[in-house]
Amino acid sequence: MAASFDLKNDGVVVIIGSGAGGGTLGNELAQKGVDVVILEAGARHEYEDFINDEWDSFAQLAWTDKRTTSGDWRVAKDFPNLPAWIVKSVGGSTTHWAGASLRFQEHEFKTLSTYGKLEGANLLDWPITLAEMEPYYAKAEAKMGVTGTNDWPRLPGNNNFKVLKAGADKLGYKECHTGNMAINSVDRDDRMSCQQTGFCFQGCKWGAKWSTLYAEIPKGEATGHLEVRPNAMAIKINHDASGKVTGVVYADKDGKLQEQKARIVAVAGNSIESPRLLLNSASSQFPDGLANSSGQVGKNYMRHTTGSVYAIFDKPVHMYRGTTMAGIIRDEARHDPSRGFVGGYEFETLALGLPFMAAFLDPGGWGRSFTTALDHYDHMAGLWIVGEDMPRAENRITLHPDTKDDHGMPVADVHFDDHANDTAMRNHAYKQGSALYAAVGATRTFPTPPYPSTHNLGTNRMSAKAVDGVVNKHGQAHEIKNLFVSDGSQFTTGGAENPTLTIVSLAIRQAEYIAGQMSAKSI
Amino acid sequence: MVTIYERKLGSEGKPGLSRRELLKRGGASALLVISGSAVISPEHAWGLETSTLKPETMATLIQMARDIYPHDQVPDKYYAIAVKAHDEQAGKDPAHKDLVEKGIADLDSKSGKDGYTGLGWEEQRVAVLKQIESTPFFQAVRGGLVVGLYNQKEVWPIFGYEGESYSKGGYIARGFDDIEWL
Repeated sequence: MAASFDLKNDGVVVIIGSGAGGGTLGNELAQKGVDVVILEAGARHEYEDFINDEWDSFAQLAWTDKRTTSGDWRVAKDFPNLPAWIVKSVGGSTTHWAGASLRFQEHEFKTLSTYGKLEGANLLDWPITLAEMEPYYAKAEAKMGVTGTNDWPRLPGNNNFKVLKAGADKLGYKECHTGNMAINSVDRDDRMSCQQTGFCFQGCKWGAKWSTLYAEIPKGEATGHLEVRPNAMAIKINHDASGKVTGVVYADKDGKLQEQKARIVAVAGNSIESPRLLLNSASSQFPDGLANSSGQVGKNYMRHTTGSVYAIFDKPVHMYRGTTMAGIIRDEARHDPSRGFVGGYEFETLALGLPFMAAFLDPGGWGRSFTTALDHYDHMAGLWIVGEDMPRAENRITLHPDTKDDHGMPVADVHFDDHANDTAMRNHAYKQGSALYAAVGATRTFPTPPYPSTHNLGTNRMSAKAVDGVVNKHGQAHEIKNLFVSDGSQFTTGGAENPTLTIVSLAIRQAEYIAGQMSAKSI
Repeated sequence: MVTIYERKLGSEGKPGLSRRELLKRGGASALLVISGSAVISPEHAWGLETSTLKPETMATLIQMARDIYPHDQVPDKYYAIAVKAHDEQAGKDPAHKDLVEKGIADLDSKSGKDGYTGLGWEEQRVAVLKQIESTPFFQAVRGGLVVGLYNQKEVWPIFGYEGESYSKGGYIARGFDDIEWL
């Protein structure tokens, strides 16, 4: 049965956020007998409450609290107050994610050594290697039911995948399949298998896709060591004179400020909210914000080099039927500078419903060029580009000097400029993606600009040396040993792969470390 | 092409066109008519009452909406529904009423003596829209249409989008992999 802890209980681990990082860490710690309170800003919607309707679901799940944007990215112009498409709900963005679960490649943990110094990029090697991560990747895949691992079959390919595969074959790509997906291909973990419903982004109403909401949190609650407190928006982390954190101030469901005392605090609010919270927790002892003596909190914001290619054919496709991310091509994910950029990218199928296609195909676009594309919506196939972008110090989250939210907390400004490497990669991918569809007979293709960011990374990065980053190889703040970062903001660099599997693997690893340090009484 | 008749006394002495007159003039296929405080499509048996905006303004808005997002297979009714929110918002917010009425007046004045709807070809009207593309008025109308037009469930089948699928058991037995032409 779910626990309920007193606000004054200073023996608990307080985790801020219940998504891939926080939700996993919470369950893992609870399984080890550690008492945990998860503060989640959003409400709790169970999977039967999800809505098969893009805008209604967006209203139910999306983080729509005001944010501001700056920089040369097109999102700042088209969606100035919506830099990211992420979730404010128990389960966080694991309710919305597509399910792609890919391990990083070995060189992606050592980008500075592999790519060399790149002007305008703040590259750094991770303090962890692939070899160190492998056992945790294996645990994560087993926990999440990733297809193509542990003898679980891959999902069947839908129409959108079949078009992708036909194009991949024509172009000579070798590694094209229906992916490694954290979506049940067989009934397992008391959850049923994929019914090819579409609407993966709107929350899986079958519970077939892994989410902390129903695959981690209830298990943690069953131990009696985990309490998830929804509608609890963290405002500030408090500390004592010794510099240890002592509790988290949050606004409760009525907007009233409360403080939950804590033995350890783990921040897992995604790469915009996590640095925002650390920066907003500035004090006389930590004038630049908590864990920020390196000045790196909020910096190196990454969002993956993304974009889409949609194509129209003379015959029907019905791409929206079935799994949203129904297949992948991995051939371009390699590091091969002869293409004119470092790092690599994945092609993954993607489909939007008509309402979101109208909103995202060419934001701001109008007239016949735009509408004749939508006229052939059911003849359309589509893919998403996801590649490694360069960390840059000037791409960062800052506190807005004037604009505040309902709780009086400064809103986050998200600044992003593409690095020349990002642009070169995106253009290469647009060209390859268009060629792929042309090879299957596309009559028209659309290089579609990036959507508001779903992969937000890097703003509290992990580093071997305290001077280079915010946290160490365990996600532990370099300067505050009972403060942890548990989400994608700890990524040193972004890799070409969808980040969730790595976030979950890091959380499993971090839970081992925290529990060990607690029993050793080091924290 | 939409023809707008100015509000005037009808043959039966009531404001607007009489029903008989409507039917008489309704020979053209896509005809929008102003009658009293309503925009009426006699051919397709629907009408749209306005409460704050002038009905002429609403009729021009409907044409403007079609010119921004032209889908020849989508009837006027859906464009009318898509822009109706401007009338509701204008009722609550005088600044919005001002934005729309002045915006339409400006559009008409840029379009010559017969106004915006007096321009016969879509290209001519689009040329006028290009001149105001960056104005808050244009952006308010265009931005509202993105959701107002494309989020109407009734238009989805026209585009071949099937919408909600959970209640039907998803597509696992309904054609998720039925492509045959590859």
